[in-house]
Amino acid sequence: MLEIRDLHVKFPGRDREAVAGVSLSIRAGEILGLVGESGSGKTVTAMSVAGLLPRKQCDYSGEILLDGKELLHADRAELRNIQGREIGVVFQEPQSALDPLMKIGPQVEEVLRVHTSLSREERRRQAVEAMAAVELPEAEAVYEKYPHQLSGGMLQRAMIAAAVIAKPKLLLLDEPTTALDVTIQAQILELLKRLNRESGVSMLFISHDLNVVRKLCGRVAVMQRGLLVEEGEAQEVFHHPHHPYTRRLIAAIPTRKRKEGGA
Amino acid sequence: MKSEIFTLCSPRLSEGYLLMKYALKRAAAGLATILIVSFLTFAAFSLISGDTATAMLGTSATPERLAALRAELGLDRPLLVRYGEWLLGFFTGNLGVSTSYKQPVWEILGAKFRLTLCLSLMSFVLITAVSIPLGLWSAGRRRFEGARTALNQLGMAVPSFFTGILLSWVFGVGLKWFMPGQFPDGKEDFAGAAVYLFFAAVALSIPRIAMTVRMLRSTVQEELGKDYVRTAISRGNDRGQVLRRHVLKNALPPVVTFLAQTMAEIVAGSIVVEQVFVIPGLGRMLVSSIAGRDYPVVQAIVVILAFWVVLAGTAADLINQRIDPRLRIGGAA
Amino acid sequence: MKRRNGFLTAGLVLTCALAALILLGFFWTPYDPNAMAAGPKFGGPSPAHWMGTDNFGRDIFSRVLKGAGATASIALATLAIGAVCGCLAGALTGCFGGPVDELLMRLNDALTAFPNILLALVVISLLEPGKKINVILALGLVFIPSFARVTRTAFASLRDVNYIKSARLMGASNPRILAIHMLPNTAPVLLPALTIGFNNAVLAEASMSFLGIGVTPPDASLGYMLSEAQGMLFAAPWYAAGTGLVIVLMVFSVGLLGEGLRRQDKGVL
Repeated sequence: MLEIRDLHVKFPGRDREAVAGVSLSIRAGEILGLVGESGSGKTVTAMSVAGLLPRKQCDYSGEILLDGKELLHADRAELRNIQGREIGVVFQEPQSALDPLMKIGPQVEEVLRVHTSLSREERRRQAVEAMAAVELPEAEAVYEKYPHQLSGGMLQRAMIAAAVIAKPKLLLLDEPTTALDVTIQAQILELLKRLNRESGVSMLFISHDLNVVRKLCGRVAVMQRGLLVEEGEAQEVFHHPHHPYTRRLIAAIPTRKRKEGGA
Repeated sequence: MKSEIFTLCSPRLSEGYLLMKYALKRAAAGLATILIVSFLTFAAFSLISGDTATAMLGTSATPERLAALRAELGLDRPLLVRYGEWLLGFFTGNLGVSTSYKQPVWEILGAKFRLTLCLSLMSFVLITAVSIPLGLWSAGRRRFEGARTALNQLGMAVPSFFTGILLSWVFGVGLKWFMPGQFPDGKEDFAGAAVYLFFAAVALSIPRIAMTVRMLRSTVQEELGKDYVRTAISRGNDRGQVLRRHVLKNALPPVVTFLAQTMAEIVAGSIVVEQVFVIPGLGRMLVSSIAGRDYPVVQAIVVILAFWVVLAGTAADLINQRIDPRLRIGGAA
Repeated sequence: MKRRNGFLTAGLVLTCALAALILLGFFWTPYDPNAMAAGPKFGGPSPAHWMGTDNFGRDIFSRVLKGAGATASIALATLAIGAVCGCLAGALTGCFGGPVDELLMRLNDALTAFPNILLALVVISLLEPGKKINVILALGLVFIPSFARVTRTAFASLRDVNYIKSARLMGASNPRILAIHMLPNTAPVLLPALTIGFNNAVLAEASMSFLGIGVTPPDASLGYMLSEAQGMLFAAPWYAAGTGLVIVLMVFSVGLLGEGLRRQDKGVL
């Protein structure tokens, strides 16, 4: 469904490429985890897929195909058509990623407003439905609230609702749980698993935490300094890492977590 | 307690209640500021109030005559009493008697106040109408940014009295669109007076337009760098939609505050511009009263201007509170 | 960042050139500024008189040079009072905080709502209008709150920064912390504020002198000259043009300098 072929991205003023030749693929209904430290290029890769790469300010090459449609070199109008409708994005810090002066409800239904001509009532109905589906209690009340009135966990659920409301093919998640408490983290991961099961939406889950990725993802890819160093089934990679870098990442996980996780 | 009852009734009602509470609080604070300012100036002027008697009688007056006049004018009573009296008078329309003109202050100031008000409003409309579109347009453009900043600096460097003189030269003396120095009576020649005021307003506005454009540009650019803009783009909004739906609202509060300050600056600028164009307004009166040590008039004008400034600031605060729910005390229910 | 800062270079060049010219004017001018009939009355700009002559035949360029010197020195003196007192007050309250800080901030907020000129006019009406020293005092006083606020904000934000905390833990005394840690870090904010302050002072002094309650003859002042020039607009328009342009040039150059400093700081960050 999604194919990244030999992606290169270089920003001016930096010595090395941010992404130095990465090839990945995601099948329909699959959850792929992309792991790496900061600076590994995982976020840039994801942003390239989402069409959020500042193309005028960097050098890039390669191909990104969504069901055969090329995205990396597509023009703005084509990209806009896909953004929100076929690809949804969930960002790391929900407090800053949402417009502080707009109520939650209108933000959740925004994709519908941009891409469809549904009536206001219909959009509202779907938004409330989407919020209920992500387990937001009292969705009708939450619809009227502002971002600063909700907790991090609830905001992130709202972001997820906003990203999946138009039933996209692919959901990009850039460290969505990093800013949350551990208990909330677990809940969100469960939610994502359920969404994937029920609707079949593919996911690209980015994290620096290999442990979190192991709980959620079917397949895992490891990046280091712009290059893909390891790829495979999550359990395989975790128990039998090939690349020394992967081994170091796993070793860095505190022992009890390492033994616990991956149920 | 009360707010909870309202919450039970309807969330809208409790929101309205909180807003009203906030508005009243703000109004009270503004009133307090005006009181403090008026008291401070009153106290300061009364320190030299001996001069008022001297100003009226001349320096050759005998000490007895001065003392008698002071007693007659009530200048020998305690400060707070005199201030209280003045304050009472202010609210009932009695602002004292001008020492230069020997007329009630309110009579003298009435028409001048209206004139300065017209000039100020015209200027404010001009500034807003020009700088907001210009600022938004400038915020989106990246090219020639240096040249535009330089031009902006130039605009801020030209003092309003110089622009006034230039305008008088070009449009008054040169093109004869108005006669510099001869402000037509509004009742007789409304169009002429309007044109005259227009040029004064332009002279007044130019530096402020430059500053507002700069401010708007930096605010919008700052907002454009924020995370929620990226989220909006990821949902498929185009540039215009991002601006209209998200950025504008978020950029508004600092701009609203800035516009309130602009109103205050216009007040200050009108003092100078009225001098250049010889417009018989409040500003001109202030200058001549200071030179003539006519303290009742100065006091009255200062308080009127202070009132104006505080009004603008309070209005801005209330507007911002409406726009940004985070600013509401206690948060919206 | 090795990007060339155009504003800084242009600003520095212009400001230094003007400063040099004005400094020269303190010691030497082409003609005695007060000498009547140094040239023809109402003479236009010419090789002998670069800015022409006024109604008394005085050389305008010499007068403008002297006036610019007066305006600049008043602005600097004003800046000195306002900046020194304001920064001191702001530094102290910003560093230590507490209820005094709160109170002063409220007072500051109330004061800054009022335009500078208005406050200066009120102060000057209490002192004797027309004397140079009073103008400096009035303006200096009026400028204190804004400098206090800028410094206070900078210091308050630094107060809780980690390296200050660790310096304190290591036993560094307060004056040492102030001087070595806080001051250098507030400089980038203060320098542009100083240029803005200078410009505001120049414009305020010129306005007040124009109105006749700032600096008056025999002291030279660009503002007062401009008001004279307005009366001679028919006969000698170059008088107004020359005087006004000098004010614009002064403010513009320092403005560019301030913009350059601001950009320099941003580039470093």
